[in-house]
Amino acid sequence: MMSQEKLREIKENARPLLDERLKVEDKTEVRDGNIVLKGDYYKKQVRIALRNCEIILPESIEEYIALDGYSALGKMLFEMTPEDVVNTMIESNLRGRGGAGFPAGRKWLEAFKYDADQKYIICNADEGDPGAYMDRSILEGDPHSVLEGMAIAGYAIGANQGFIYVRAEYPLAVKRLQAAIKQAKEYGVLGNNIFGTDFSFDIELRLGAGAFVCGEGTALMESIEGKRGMPRVKIHRTAHRGLWQKPTVINNVETLANIPVIFQRGAKWFRGIGTEKSPGTKVFALVGKVKESGLVEVPMGTSLREIVFDIGGGVADGKAAKAVQTGGPSGGCIPVELFDTPVDFESLAKIGSIMGSGGMVVMDETDCMVDIARFFLEFSVDESCGKCVPCREGTKRMLELLEKITGGNGEEEDIARMESLAVTISTGSLCGLGQTAPNPVTSTLHYFRDEYEAHIRDKTCPAGHCQALLEYYITEDCIGCTKCARSCPVSCISGKVKERHVIDTDACIKCGNCMEVCPVGAVILR
Amino acid sequence: MVKLTINGIDYEVERDKTVLQVCNDIGIDIPTLCHDERLEPYAACRMCLVEIEGAKNLQTSCSTKVREGMVVHTHNDKVMDARRDVLDLLLSNHPIDCLTCEKSGQCKLQDYAYEYGVREGTYVGEMRNKPIDDSNHFYTYDPDKCILCGLCVRVCDELQNTNAIGFEDRGFGTIVATPFDQGLGNSACVSCGNCVSVCPVGALMPKYDTKFRLWETKKVRTTCSYCGVGCQMDLLVKGDKVVGVEPAFDTFNNGLLCVKGKFGYKFINHGDRLKTPLIKKDGEFVEASWDEAYKLIISKIEDTKAKYGADALAGLSSARCTNEENYMFQKFMRAAIGTNNVDHCARL
Repeated sequence: MMSQEKLREIKENARPLLDERLKVEDKTEVRDGNIVLKGDYYKKQVRIALRNCEIILPESIEEYIALDGYSALGKMLFEMTPEDVVNTMIESNLRGRGGAGFPAGRKWLEAFKYDADQKYIICNADEGDPGAYMDRSILEGDPHSVLEGMAIAGYAIGANQGFIYVRAEYPLAVKRLQAAIKQAKEYGVLGNNIFGTDFSFDIELRLGAGAFVCGEGTALMESIEGKRGMPRVKIHRTAHRGLWQKPTVINNVETLANIPVIFQRGAKWFRGIGTEKSPGTKVFALVGKVKESGLVEVPMGTSLREIVFDIGGGVADGKAAKAVQTGGPSGGCIPVELFDTPVDFESLAKIGSIMGSGGMVVMDETDCMVDIARFFLEFSVDESCGKCVPCREGTKRMLELLEKITGGNGEEEDIARMESLAVTISTGSLCGLGQTAPNPVTSTLHYFRDEYEAHIRDKTCPAGHCQALLEYYITEDCIGCTKCARSCPVSCISGKVKERHVIDTDACIKCGNCMEVCPVGAVILR
Repeated sequence: MVKLTINGIDYEVERDKTVLQVCNDIGIDIPTLCHDERLEPYAACRMCLVEIEGAKNLQTSCSTKVREGMVVHTHNDKVMDARRDVLDLLLSNHPIDCLTCEKSGQCKLQDYAYEYGVREGTYVGEMRNKPIDDSNHFYTYDPDKCILCGLCVRVCDELQNTNAIGFEDRGFGTIVATPFDQGLGNSACVSCGNCVSVCPVGALMPKYDTKFRLWETKKVRTTCSYCGVGCQMDLLVKGDKVVGVEPAFDTFNNGLLCVKGKFGYKFINHGDRLKTPLIKKDGEFVEASWDEAYKLIISKIEDTKAKYGADALAGLSSARCTNEENYMFQKFMRAAIGTNNVDHCARL
């Protein structure tokens, strides 16, 4: 049976072994008493949720314990009442890292107060935003921190059962979670009579079947119950009637990974990081046209510029930065002029985007913002569950309007059409997925309206991206080698040997062969 | 009780009611396509949207409980625009063939399009294009006309408990289907037709054998004669012909019928139906009057009873009689004939 003494003993035995291994691997250093990863990429980062990732071996519970793992749970079971735990969470003001930013402590309080014979904790690990992999990295790199966070939540609200709803597309995360749950039960930090107390808490995995909408809390619960994953009517709070109509707290992976540290170091310490309204750090998956892509964890309130330029090293290939897309298909595009905006829940909402779960896609001058909006909207159309009319029918019509514009058939009134449709979809949809689906369109319409107008009025794509609006053209650099004419599948290139060739643009099918074979780069898109 | 303001007028209403229920009570008409008081709120059609001051988005009145001090607007510009846009979106993916549609005149989508002045769907693009499922003997499903309100799926689940149908695919491609697309005729469907009765549009339609418009018919309230339960229903009568059946909602069967009540009405006007008693004379059935028939029955009973005793007779009654009729019949067999030999075709 686990006890606090035994935990200390395991820690004392495991720590020297961990230090030894890290010394050999030489990729870490000690900063302010914490083991952190070496290198410029990590210098400006403050890693709390990712504190153990790439440092400990994820399969080893001993290494997790070596870095104070399960000490918060052990201590609280003897020294704190569930009410104390809830109050500490409220005091920390940890806000949900899944995207909406609802204070976790208030969620816990609702479930704590509600009297019921059975309560549940759910870990939402159905990460689905394009390009986002924060939760996956935590599950794969530090699964025990999530388990400990769930057990703490369970103790706080009086739940004895937890579920982790994880994507089946994350096989390694599933494997590591399964192994971690097994270990934790063997060590007596999970299962029956944790640390010898009368608190019992078990965790089971539930694998998603690939629907993005199952990341929505109530659709996720429907899915766990074995039903079609469609959001529920919001007539009751899930903290009162959630999974199987029992009080349920659902927290995201990153939120849960923050919890053990908050209890190790105190709510005050946590509030000292980040901003007043958004304390703590946030993990971002910095991807796209940035030099150094990867996971970035910074205090809330760090500016986009610091993240993209100081940590990410700016835009790759010497191109100019144009925008950053945050919040995935529910988020918006933020133009480079606003890169000094601090990244926190309120500031991002003010400029038409959202924090979201942490996807951060950097775009450069060659990215067409109309096409970016089309890409994200296409995602929402594919992933709509089909329950409510504005999302099912509305997003599809909006996508068709965008395709019309990028296809070179846009008409002047299409912009107004999209704007009014965006209002209907965002104010009239049932769940968050529908309500936020127009954001990529409204934000690009707001900041990059000229690009839409160029597509519609001038039939050009300023970024040189939309194929339908571009023409292949042979410049005077042509040496008349005839390679292009020979590779053209529709024989629309004419010209004599050693003379400049010409493309018949009416017949051209824009396959791009000529551009590929030209030895002197004389074929361009314009 | 809760005090709230609806469209500028103060009301005091019962706690635990939804905004929609309260509006219905006080006579404010709010459109709904997916709502049914017998079912759990579903909030999918978004026609019942109302503005509640202080809320970020419009709220569905079917799934919002009244709260103290709530200020509700049910028909302001914002709400009306949203409803119009929802109708526009629905009609943009719905065949506009009301001239020949069987449902015309009893279609809620048609009614609301009229009420809200939405002449046609203005979004031009892809439309659902799926084959009609006519594998069931009694009704058809046309996915192209379906507005995915989910009433059929939920009635089948929550009231009929058959779960024969569900949603397939997602997003714009969603349709109502049977498992593995086997078709209604090969599914667990018991053909109760309760899904057909709630379909607000022409997606689920009975296989009528007579063309009619609702306004050509009169409704005749009657008791289903198939069994002793006594479900109430309205016969749709065109001229002197019964052309359809609708379940009664304002009585104990609460809008439900079984396959017999819903679809078994065609015998009424069938050419083979017996309308007078037949008596076999010289090996052939000949039409007779009721008096003649009764006289013959009495004489046969008296003869048999005199010759062989009362227990030589037996009575078998029908499940199509009411409980009262069945009671009378066994009493008749015991008291008038004098035998306990009485049975019923539906006993277990």
